[in-house]
Amino acid sequence: MYNNAIVNDSNNQANKTSALNANAGVFSSNEDLAAVCKKIRRDIVTMIAKAGSGHPGGSLSAVEIVVALYWKVLRHKPADPVWKDRDRFILSKGHAVPVLYAALAEQGYFPLKELDTLRKIDSFLQGHADHCCTPGIEMSSGSLGQGLSFSVGTALAGRLDKASWRVYALLSDGECEEGQTWEAAMSAGMFKLDNLTAIVDKNGIQLSGFTKDIMNSDPLTKKFESFGWNVIEIDGHDLTQVLDALKKAQTVKGQPTVIIARTVKGKGVSFMENNVEFHGKAPNAEQLEKALKELA
Amino acid sequence: MPEEVAPREVFGKTLVDLGKENPDIVVLDADLASSTMTVYFKQAFPERFFEIGIAEANMMGIAAGLAANGKIPFASTFAVFATSRCFDQIRVSIALSKFNVKIVSTHSGLSVGEDGASHQALEDLALICSLPGFTVIVPADGTETAQVIRAVAAHPTPCYVRLIRGKVPQVMDNGYKFEIGKAALMRQGKDATIMAIGTMMAPALEAADALAKENINCRVLNMSTLKPIDETAIVQAAAETGAIVTAEEHQEHGGLGSIVARTIAKHHPVPMEFVAVKDKFGMSGKPAELLAKYGLTAQDIATAVKEVIKRKR
Ligand SMILES: Cc1ncc(C[n+]2csc(CCOP(=O)(O)OP(=O)(O)O)c2C)c(N)n1
Repeated sequence: MYNNAIVNDSNNQANKTSALNANAGVFSSNEDLAAVCKKIRRDIVTMIAKAGSGHPGGSLSAVEIVVALYWKVLRHKPADPVWKDRDRFILSKGHAVPVLYAALAEQGYFPLKELDTLRKIDSFLQGHADHCCTPGIEMSSGSLGQGLSFSVGTALAGRLDKASWRVYALLSDGECEEGQTWEAAMSAGMFKLDNLTAIVDKNGIQLSGFTKDIMNSDPLTKKFESFGWNVIEIDGHDLTQVLDALKKAQTVKGQPTVIIARTVKGKGVSFMENNVEFHGKAPNAEQLEKALKELA
Repeated sequence: MPEEVAPREVFGKTLVDLGKENPDIVVLDADLASSTMTVYFKQAFPERFFEIGIAEANMMGIAAGLAANGKIPFASTFAVFATSRCFDQIRVSIALSKFNVKIVSTHSGLSVGEDGASHQALEDLALICSLPGFTVIVPADGTETAQVIRAVAAHPTPCYVRLIRGKVPQVMDNGYKFEIGKAALMRQGKDATIMAIGTMMAPALEAADALAKENINCRVLNMSTLKPIDETAIVQAAAETGAIVTAEEHQEHGGLGSIVARTIAKHHPVPMEFVAVKDKFGMSGKPAELLAKYGLTAQDIATAVKEVIKRKR
């Protein structure tokens, strides 16, 4: 019922732009998407609770970003996950894969009931993103800091083929402590990859505390700018801002764009919000009930 | 004496030939193109050559992204930087997703010479062979290198090819046909088998020739594909010659010797000797001096053969 994505079979640029333009500005009042976000959040806490382990905090903080992409921006075909003209979405912060599983399931890549198998033996829904077992997952991740390099390679392949598809990479702010992220950022700037958009889910918390206390990666904007990127700062829970930024990124020429999305870790569940404890802990039965009530 | 060639020179030229035949071939290097010889490809196909700078982890990730989208990327740098420097990227970004990346390293082993220990990869084979799904090949000379590069380009798995800095004599016949996973019989014999890879192939043959004069007839196998290993050839050698010596410019731990020992322990145990680096780092020196100091000469192989024959049942 939520499957109202733009699944545009055409790889023609004009078509794509007009589809986006048609949506532009509509979203401030778009209650459907907000409802999708709530449903995705319910899926996330439920599947992690059923698994008994997983990472709710960083999954919940990325919901609006992932929903905006899968419901309004990406050209993709759930029935054909390897469609060659699809836009590529790369989840670099692989521990947040529940948000992606929820989006893929809601979009029809696989049945929703499969979410119950998360992290169970022989499930195709592994604890971290795995390209070989899950339809719609572009790369295996889980070792932080590797996704942007892969995205650069993907964008280079698209450019070589003169393809119109675009590359979207979702990073965490914790990942910006990894040197490889900056190796990749440097190369994307050098190669002027305007078919690449990175989104940093800047929730300010990592595994053991606040990012500013553990190893401050700020100011991210200045860093990315100095590496040759166009930078857009937004509130990552405001769907209008997320969609506008993603749209703007498509028009930037000659450099990659990074969207620094200020978010709240654990967003949507009061006792998980800004709580480092729920970086990597499943809610118990009682907590799940409370969370679902809040997300009803 | 046959003419000596540098396998990396052959690699660079073969890449250019492949580039002409297949537009999906792309090449990446990390500020060593004039040493790995990918510079020839860079000159021939600048739009398909990606200079990544001194950022090997990034290079492996970019190669993975290119491979995921239909390209056949060859990523090259020195063996130390192509493996241990970015092992997690090879493991997670390439192997775990089974992406079709070709890592071709040069300057492996002690024979790097004067640059010393930091530059002498002696554990790269152990590292890469430990990754599920990787194909691992160590060509013995220029003739074999040309065929190996073509074979890996056509092979749909992640591949690691290990080359050296220096020149080696031609050891393979002109009519030789390389096949992934197949050992090459270099000499027939029944008293023991010498199995060698890469730079140790020529000394292995020299040792076999010297031993033949003392009436010790060795079988010699070129085990160029380390993974998947040719179990049939190994088990047959164990059964028919009753003793095995392995020779490699690599740590004893985790290289050819370990793989052969594991194979025969399971299928047909026979005594073995290992000509390899014994849990030490390298050092500066001339290649020949280093190989002598670390016990990697024809003489060392011959001695090992005599030792292993004493223990034959
Ligand atoms: C290379 C690497 N080091 C350590 C970890 C363990 N780890 C998993 S999640 C995490 C913290 C994540 O924080 P952040 O990257 O900011 O993600 P988010 O807050 O968005 O969940 C760590 C340290 C890892 N997965 N990869």
